[in-house]
Amino acid sequence: MFAMKYVDEFRDGALARNIAANIAREVDPQRRYHLMEFCGGHTHAISRYGIADLLPANVRMIHGPGCPVCVLPAGRVENAIQLAQIPGLILCCYGDMLRVPANGGMSLLKAKARGADVRMVYSSADAVKIAQENPERQVVFLAIGFETTTPPTAVAIKQAQALGINNFSVFCNHVLTPSAISHILQSPEIRQLGVLTLDGFIGPAHVSTVIGSRPYEYFAEEFQKPVVIAGFEPLDVMQAILMLVRQLNEGRAEVENEFSRAVTRDGNVKAQLLVAEVFELRRVFEWRGLGPVPYSALRIKAQYAAYDAELRFQIAAVSIPDNKACECGAILRGVKHPRDCKLFGTVCTPDNPMGSCMVSSEGACAAHYSYGRFREKVS
Amino acid sequence: MCLAIPACVEQLVAGDSAIVNLGGVRKEVSLALVEDIAVGDYVIVHVGFALQKLDPEEAAQTLALFAELGRAAPE
Ligand code: SF4
Repeated sequence: MFAMKYVDEFRDGALARNIAANIAREVDPQRRYHLMEFCGGHTHAISRYGIADLLPANVRMIHGPGCPVCVLPAGRVENAIQLAQIPGLILCCYGDMLRVPANGGMSLLKAKARGADVRMVYSSADAVKIAQENPERQVVFLAIGFETTTPPTAVAIKQAQALGINNFSVFCNHVLTPSAISHILQSPEIRQLGVLTLDGFIGPAHVSTVIGSRPYEYFAEEFQKPVVIAGFEPLDVMQAILMLVRQLNEGRAEVENEFSRAVTRDGNVKAQLLVAEVFELRRVFEWRGLGPVPYSALRIKAQYAAYDAELRFQIAAVSIPDNKACECGAILRGVKHPRDCKLFGTVCTPDNPMGSCMVSSEGACAAHYSYGRFREKVS
Repeated sequence: MCLAIPACVEQLVAGDSAIVNLGGVRKEVSLALVEDIAVGDYVIVHVGFALQKLDPEEAAQTLALFAELGRAAPE
């Protein structure tokens, strides 16, 4: 097989056993460690490599809401489906969005099957190209994601402007990681009800390459919770768990960076400046599972209003409650596990997802379906 | 959609782009979000854009940490 630098070494089995042994040796049997991995990429790695099985029983991983597809509320998906049905319009989106269910089981994929021109793109630049090639048609890019996909969207808008393309616009749904973490820490489940205990966080990999480690310093201090930023490979995640265990044992609540090969304290300043030029904070944005979260999302600045699909097509806010039996909301808040959902694996599967957590491979339900359920059956 | 692996820059192309090798697959990515990229550098690619360059020295230090023996259990 093709050797992959920066990948193979970070999946080495002997080193994995060494880190697992270190964790086992250092955990205090008298206490419990409840650690949240915020990011869907980590959820995926933990499930795929069976990391939970390598941890002592008193170290528990809790999945967080960091899957961009999973947190987009059904109302925004419905907006996109309605947009796609405008005659002559081309809606471009990342592949993961196609199967997300909205109202009455409708999805972008089903809208496409019924004749809407929905196109999957790999990059925002592809959407600009489609607009360029179809000057007589309106082309909308359905922009979703955290701080990693926002700079590419900013580049696309600036590119459309530079090329004088005026049939291109963006339906902006970009959301912010730090606001979501604060929101979870301030949630009643943690603050009042005590349903959920969180002792520390594994900070996202790619998001942190962009925003840097500095934005987490606030939580570490304000909420007295340690944060360790980790890369996506299994050894990265395990080492981050070890670092969190050490911080908790020593009573520290600091920001540490396991992913120093790609994350600096300041992050990618060039990308941050582009984002600041094109986007501004929304006062409030609805997240699936978390509800309305203040200052947690971005919208296009007035200066770039010509590229804002929300204005161009007067997209009205719609709020659609999730399927009653779907536990995605509670799962995204870390309060429930996929196995707590009655529909899991029977009515709801990746081929026929009932909720967004089952759609993306980073969603907690999809990750558990693909990698977790077999192991649990035998034990 | 966040899943990605580090890619090796094989060739710089006009228009602020590069051809990278992603585990054996060659692909053109945008360099609009990064600076000072040279052939042979490894970058993190996400939705067609290089997001950050990898630092080989930091990577080596992290690998060395994995091999360290742990400390004794807390009292
Ligand atoms: S298994 Fe399906 S229905 Fe149940 S919580 Fe997950 S996505 Fe929702």
